[in-house]
Amino acid sequence: MATISQKILSRAARLSHTAEPGEIVEARVDYAMSHDGTSVLAIKAFREMGSESVWDPQRIVVPFDHIVPANNETAATLQKEVRGFVKEQGITNFFDCGYGVCHQVFCEEGFALPGSLVIGADSHSCTYGAFGAFGTGVGATDMAEIYSRGRLWLKVPETLNIEIEGKLRPLVTAKDVALMVIGDLGADGATYRAIEYTGPAVEDMSMSGRMTLCNLGVEMGAKAAIVPPDQKTREYLQGCAREQYQHVVSDPDSGECQRVYDVSDLGPMVAYPFRVDNVKPVSELEGTEIDQVFVGTCTNGRLEDLEMVAKILKGQTVKARTLIIPASRQVLLQALSRGLIDILVSAGAMVAPPGCGPCLGAHMGVLGEGEACVSTSNRNFPGRMGRGGRVYLASPATAAASALKGYISSACI
Amino acid sequence: MIAGRAWVFGDDVDTDVIIPGKYLRTKDLSLLAEHVMEGLDPKFASSVEKGDVLVAGRNFGCGSSREQAPLALREAGVSAVVARSFARIFYRNAINVGLPLIEADVEARQGDVVEVDLSSGTVRVNDRVFQGSKLPDFLLEILKDGGLVAHRRKAKEKGRT
Repeated sequence: MATISQKILSRAARLSHTAEPGEIVEARVDYAMSHDGTSVLAIKAFREMGSESVWDPQRIVVPFDHIVPANNETAATLQKEVRGFVKEQGITNFFDCGYGVCHQVFCEEGFALPGSLVIGADSHSCTYGAFGAFGTGVGATDMAEIYSRGRLWLKVPETLNIEIEGKLRPLVTAKDVALMVIGDLGADGATYRAIEYTGPAVEDMSMSGRMTLCNLGVEMGAKAAIVPPDQKTREYLQGCAREQYQHVVSDPDSGECQRVYDVSDLGPMVAYPFRVDNVKPVSELEGTEIDQVFVGTCTNGRLEDLEMVAKILKGQTVKARTLIIPASRQVLLQALSRGLIDILVSAGAMVAPPGCGPCLGAHMGVLGEGEACVSTSNRNFPGRMGRGGRVYLASPATAAASALKGYISSACI
Repeated sequence: MIAGRAWVFGDDVDTDVIIPGKYLRTKDLSLLAEHVMEGLDPKFASSVEKGDVLVAGRNFGCGSSREQAPLALREAGVSAVVARSFARIFYRNAINVGLPLIEADVEARQGDVVEVDLSSGTVRVNDRVFQGSKLPDFLLEILKDGGLVAHRRKAKEKGRT
């Protein structure tokens, strides 16, 4: 009886047995990802380790997203250094400024594959679990280790099965489900563990929704958050998968513990400052004044998210300053061809080039002291989007409804 | 043996308060140390002394994968972090940059002298000894070498001789 995580890690470690939770294995990584932010220290550590060439230049993926385009000379120079490394090492999968947020690009480009072990130097690398991959985040020195050897020690995690029953109401989304779960389990509710999401509501979710769900796994401390691959996964990957893959699923009754939620009556949720597990229904915060609305990021900057926002803003004018950042060039192009950008800009929103934007507080739309923002991103810690700023995490629908009102408001009537 | 004055913090100390995102684009570690813990205690960076020990609650280091978080603490002089539990990326990063840490449920007040014995996995505060989780031997080796970079260098040098 083994879970997806046990199976993937045992295969990646070339074991003849199935590793048990708690076992430490040295696993071979299928694809590794580092972005403009984490690559800098990873390259420094790689050189200091005495490494000369990367283990496999075709299995390292480098997207630029954290500060794009560069906001000052320091960022520009550091990015230049990373470009130099990419060229020197012959890294083929390089996605310079403009391609989009690392996790979105990584998935669109078909690197997150069912049954694979994918490791990113970014905490939200658990997003790849939406495709049935074991995706997990590490820091820069671990990434240097992977650059050098293609391997990393990993402790095989216990699995927490989360079953989502029922059918979501209109305008209630994967984001609301994820926030509800985080609110219930807490910011360390899944620490060291892998989450496996199953149930009818998860099966109903688009790949985009599943990416949102898995993306937020790390906000409960999860090492990975995985949705078993199905027909939708196969369809998404058709034409973009980088290599052949196998659907790996858990054996029945595997995993250490289980939680069941029914979302039939779930309404839109908000995580209020300064913790992601401070979760309340939007109705309880309705009327809270806001200064800014931000739609974007690896959590909620996909086409489906922009479509929802455009539907709500169409023909109206926003009252709060509104910033919309498509998660990738592909999303931006699709939004353009469907007329969504026209609707958003006509409603008074700003549209910025694909990237992380102000999510991590480094540039482009950071908050002033005491300002409040409804954001579709993933963290609302003190100072996250600027010192003294207050971030309310919500779905794109809630963000759009709040933009129109100038205060926190629900899109559901 | 590590010994130093305690700085006591609560649960869920995240990496954004340890070092805010706007200071990350630098390789100058002293700049990181100047702003360490700014989000939680603006006086920390100017009052922390070499050898001090952080004592915290659950889920220390949650959030972003930024390695600058343990780097900033190390650079500021912090000699170890003792917490009831750690977020897993911070845990790995701390070991990789040579910042000792130990999972232990410890009672300490600000300024208490805290002694950390990594080899036994124990923490002593005012004559009380708390048993924590001992790190696996291979991680203790990495810490002993001063982090993963030094550990790998050492292995390479050994290979050459």
